[in-house]
Amino acid sequence: MTIADNTPQTDPVIRLSDVSVRYRLPGERIHTLKEYVIRILQNKLQFKDFYALKNINLEINKGEIFGIIGRNGAGKSTLLKVISRVLIPTGGRVWIKGTVSPLLELGAGFHPELTGRENVFLNGTILGHPRREIEDHLEEIIEFSELRDFIDVPLRTYSSGMHARLGFASSTSWEPDILILDEVLSVGDEAFRKKCEARMRGFRSGGTTSILVSHTMDSILSLCKRAAWLDHGTIRMVGPSDEVIAAYRQAQAGA
Amino acid sequence: MKTTENSIYDSAKRGPVALEELRGIYQYRDLIFQLVRRDIVARYKRSVLGIAWTMLQPLGMMVILSLVFSNLFASVKGYPAYILSGLIAWTFFSQTTSAMISQIVWGGALLKQIYLPRTSFSVSAIGTGIVNLGFSLLTLILIMLIFGLPISWTIIFMPVSMLLLAAFALGVGLIISTMAIYFPDVAEMYAVVLVAWMYLTPIIYPESLVPEAYKFWIFNCNPMYYLVKVFRMPVFEGSLPDAQTMLIASGIAIFTLVFGWFFYSNKADEFAYHL
Repeated sequence: MTIADNTPQTDPVIRLSDVSVRYRLPGERIHTLKEYVIRILQNKLQFKDFYALKNINLEINKGEIFGIIGRNGAGKSTLLKVISRVLIPTGGRVWIKGTVSPLLELGAGFHPELTGRENVFLNGTILGHPRREIEDHLEEIIEFSELRDFIDVPLRTYSSGMHARLGFASSTSWEPDILILDEVLSVGDEAFRKKCEARMRGFRSGGTTSILVSHTMDSILSLCKRAAWLDHGTIRMVGPSDEVIAAYRQAQAGA
Repeated sequence: MKTTENSIYDSAKRGPVALEELRGIYQYRDLIFQLVRRDIVARYKRSVLGIAWTMLQPLGMMVILSLVFSNLFASVKGYPAYILSGLIAWTFFSQTTSAMISQIVWGGALLKQIYLPRTSFSVSAIGTGIVNLGFSLLTLILIMLIFGLPISWTIIFMPVSMLLLAAFALGVGLIISTMAIYFPDVAEMYAVVLVAWMYLTPIIYPESLVPEAYKFWIFNCNPMYYLVKVFRMPVFEGSLPDAQTMLIASGIAIFTLVFGWFFYSNKADEFAYHL
């Protein structure tokens, strides 16, 4: 059985052509304007180029859950940043159809002095939702977080568990066209992971495309049909996730 | 499911960045509102005196400065109110521009994770500043009443003065915070510059005391001289600024804002590489 036969339609929502991300690192660390000016005057300003991504070509289709694997520093997070518009690539072209929403570090942008409700609004607007839309989702978020009795007290009085519940509820109550998950599945406990996977499957049936970066091969295997293996900023392999993972594991064992 | 089929992002087909940034701010206007709200509410909740601190800080400065300098500058009628009127304009400028520099550090953590209009945090810092400035203005009016100074109808001109001041502050803040992203020491240098700049602007001393020889430098070469003047005249002196002053003040404010906006927007793509 090949995955290609199983894919009903190829309707790309993400298309990367020849995408490169180049960091220019100063030969020596320069931290201050003063040093910088001195170096320029001495004509001693040197840069080393470092490619975090090099000539990436990739298409991801609507409704896919796509996995990305690779060792630390292979460029996985950089690739996600390029897709979520955080990094503008230094070369190549990124084409995205639809809204992209990264699942942020839980509770990104939360403020301890604000109440749970106020933080839901703050977090929601950071994710790009207008106030009206947040009002429509508020009930669902409160319900899902199981924090109804505490929603109007300041966040600093929350336990870390409550904090995480609110963060998860407020960042996953939206159905983006493209959802980006960077290692989130590995931080939570077993129950959280289950909840997260369930939501992703729910999203997929709603037509959401998900991109998942993980070191947990089992998550990739169980969720993704296709995966890409990144190595030193280039794509080593794209294909059915079981084959990509097998090749990756073999290379790891050999190394 | 939402219908967002038409929202296509293509890195090869982007409009002029400064305009895109402007459109982004409009789209994310609810975020700006939430950020301003957060800053005000967090400040208000943190202490017993809450929002009063906003007013007490320039008020305290006013008391100290008037005690120290009242003999020296006895010629000014209602000297404490004179100081206060200049001081709240200055405080607005220095606080918002400094806030923008620190916001870019705080916001930087978010900008590395998710796309937001990069000017969001700067614009919200100005929004917060304007709210605080409004409260300070109320304090000033109170002080003027206490000192028996007349409040003139010209006070209705204040929104214009505040807008010009805000435009200038946003422009300066955008320029300085762009530089601070590349070189952290710029933030410290700017703090020093602010102190010197304040004393080079007629805030605690009357204009008439500036020696003829320095007038060119202190008045003509100092944008804040015009902006403070436009702010002070309608409320403290009860007169409207003359056409020339208005023209210069608006010219400076608009030019700085437009320049800062373009400067920042054009560098904004690189921020994520440096933050």
